[in-house]
Amino acid sequence: MLSRVADNLYWMSRYLERAEHTARLIDVSLHHLLDHRSEYAIQRWQRLCDSLRIAPFAEGMDDAYRVTGTLTFDIDYPASIVSCIAAARDNAQQVREQINSEMWEQINRLYLHMKSTSMEDMWFGGPHEFLTTIKEGVQLFQGITDSTMIHNEGWYFIRVGRYMERAWATASLIDVHFRSSFDREVQADVIQTDHLDYLEWVGLLRSCSAIEAYCKVYTANIHPHRIAEFLIFNAESPRSIRFAVSMIQSALQSIAKITSTRRVLRVERLAGRVRAALDYDQVEDIIGNIHSYLDTIQRQCTQIHNAIYQTYIFYPIDAAFGTDGAAQS
Amino acid sequence: MRLSDSPGSSTMPPPFSDYTFEKSYDEMFDADGKPRPAYKRLYYRLLEMPLETLQQRQQAADMTFLNQGITFTVYGSDEGTERIWPYDLLPRIITAEEWMTIEKGLTQRITALNLFLKDVYHEEHILSDGVIPRTLVYSCQHLRRQMRGWHVPHDRYIAIVGTDLVRLPNGQFAVLEDNLRVPSGVSYMLTNREVMKRVLPSLIDSYGVRPIGHYGQTLLSALYALAPVGCVDPTIVLLTPGVYNSAYFEHTFLARLMGIELVEGRDLIVHNNVVYMRTTGGLRRVDVIYRRVDDDFLDPLVFRSQSTLGVPGLFNAYRAGNVTLANAIGTGVADDKALYAYVPAIIRYYLHEEPILQNVETYLLTGDTQRRYVLEHLDALVVKAVGESGGYGMLIGPYSTKSQREEFRQRILTDPRNYIAQPTLALSRAPCFIDGQIEPRHVDLRPFILYGDHVTIVPGGLTRVALKRGSLVVNSSQGGGSKDTWVLDI
Repeated sequence: MLSRVADNLYWMSRYLERAEHTARLIDVSLHHLLDHRSEYAIQRWQRLCDSLRIAPFAEGMDDAYRVTGTLTFDIDYPASIVSCIAAARDNAQQVREQINSEMWEQINRLYLHMKSTSMEDMWFGGPHEFLTTIKEGVQLFQGITDSTMIHNEGWYFIRVGRYMERAWATASLIDVHFRSSFDREVQADVIQTDHLDYLEWVGLLRSCSAIEAYCKVYTANIHPHRIAEFLIFNAESPRSIRFAVSMIQSALQSIAKITSTRRVLRVERLAGRVRAALDYDQVEDIIGNIHSYLDTIQRQCTQIHNAIYQTYIFYPIDAAFGTDGAAQS
Repeated sequence: MRLSDSPGSSTMPPPFSDYTFEKSYDEMFDADGKPRPAYKRLYYRLLEMPLETLQQRQQAADMTFLNQGITFTVYGSDEGTERIWPYDLLPRIITAEEWMTIEKGLTQRITALNLFLKDVYHEEHILSDGVIPRTLVYSCQHLRRQMRGWHVPHDRYIAIVGTDLVRLPNGQFAVLEDNLRVPSGVSYMLTNREVMKRVLPSLIDSYGVRPIGHYGQTLLSALYALAPVGCVDPTIVLLTPGVYNSAYFEHTFLARLMGIELVEGRDLIVHNNVVYMRTTGGLRRVDVIYRRVDDDFLDPLVFRSQSTLGVPGLFNAYRAGNVTLANAIGTGVADDKALYAYVPAIIRYYLHEEPILQNVETYLLTGDTQRRYVLEHLDALVVKAVGESGGYGMLIGPYSTKSQREEFRQRILTDPRNYIAQPTLALSRAPCFIDGQIEPRHVDLRPFILYGDHVTIVPGGLTRVALKRGSLVVNSSQGGGSKDTWVLDI
């Protein structure tokens, strides 16, 4: 497969995952604002920006309409949902002959749906309904991809992209939640259900589409330790970091097998290292310095990303002719 | 109730009530307004078919194009540069006999033009013998001196050609333009047929239409045949300028059809005069490049140095014989619109045969007499820039304004070699489904010729339609559409 194609498929997938993630965060935030006093609004949007790793707006952070509008429909704002979907579509367009018509049509439909809706339409027609169509649009794309595309190298790059974005975004989200004003609750045994912060923890789980799954594992007993354990270390939840990393690792192994390149050692070692940490670490040991733990995970994900690029995409020509022996003919 | 076949808008039955006749050849009706034999079945079918059914079929076809994103890009227009290529529901029909003439004529023409290219880049016999003025060839914008004296693989300069034909009022096909560089449109020919099979299956089934679905295989075989000598199991790629090119859809379409990689310049590198593509599994050698990038942009070291679409070093790899480019570099010298006037002479010179397909009368503007005549008759003639294509850089006299004519007069006087003039042709007209009625519109025909081991032409081509009433311009960039083209078995 052409390196450029792998690059496009990877980013197409990352941008779509990011669009879905952002849509979910906005949806949860709007939902929770209804239960809050208005002075919480600024804090909440601030946290949302932090977890998306974007700078807070210079002004208007207390204006839900404005913040939502920018994060959803502003094509000049690179982190907005519409920008993510447009970027995903751009990438898809560059590899039209590599993806199925069904995949292309779905991503195109999603894009046209975004473009044909205005902020007024969404705000007065129901933001939740609209954001749900975005989330479902992305999920439909993923479903179409999994059920129609040949599970070859390209498909694995799509998976690496999706789970890389998810691991990274989830780590960032958890980190921001634990870092903000909840230090005291982290130590408490049980969060008082009438306390406003209870809603924040529920919000965190909702932001990961994990509230129901959490309740199945731990009952509705909301506790920061368990939330951290569930979102970071649970092996079965498709929204946990551990799950995402194990998906990345197995996709990378498949890619290595298909390309049979002899330069994969670094990629494999890096992926294996994060995977092992998440397999064996325990929440009790990391909860005290959860920030630096999540930071390390994110840094290691970035290293994997870079190693993938060095191995498969932007490798130096000398390396291709040198250590790897002659180029294939 | 059987309705009359006789002509004239007053007597034509619906949905032909608005059908009109003029001096141009009508594809469906003869001079008496009777449907021609090949069109009879279609004609009666249209009389019987309720209008709603037709409309519904047209919508079904449009939806297919929209959903599949079969679009082209219009330069110079704003947002939404991707447009759906308008498709007309009714087929254009060519009889087996007519096709035989076209096929023979094109084979003859392409064979001769290939010989001409070889000669021009080597011994120049045709120039020494005075058949074509030396200055004409040397002043061609698309002549590439770098190609002089070098043998291209298998002596094949033009492997992929799309020649534009028009039908004159006397019913004869004539050549309007040879496109020997990077002709496009074949994907629309193939898609039109697929859509036709989906929306009007019983009609096409009743007709006995020669299939065209093997084009991809044929193109691949032609490219295969042109691999550098001694290369077994060549790796073939399609080189595209990228997603912003107007024909990008076609590039992806053809790559997928042939199962070959679609590459951009940045995917290729040249090392020791060998071309490689950068894959996830390492560098992989490339042997044949079906390039859809113009000469000027192929290699910034040799041609335009600002180009980022090309591959540095590609030309040297080509000259070293390590890679085949299809088409070869410099083929544009043979489709220069001024040189076009000499193609009948070229055919006679190399093949000692009379041309089977006629040329359209063409005035060269470098000679005083012809130029004076043209300048005096600008309102009746079509003026074209010799190196342009796609309907750009044209003046259509009868439809031009005074200031446009003045502009072209100045341009011609400044650079007479850069323009030619032709009579305004009465292109033939074919029935089209327009706003719930069937009306005639001007059409042309672009068959696609492949020249690998030998010349192959899939039966048919792209019929382009000037959908605007009265318009003579069929280019997609200028508001044209297209039709499925049927060549009949018998």
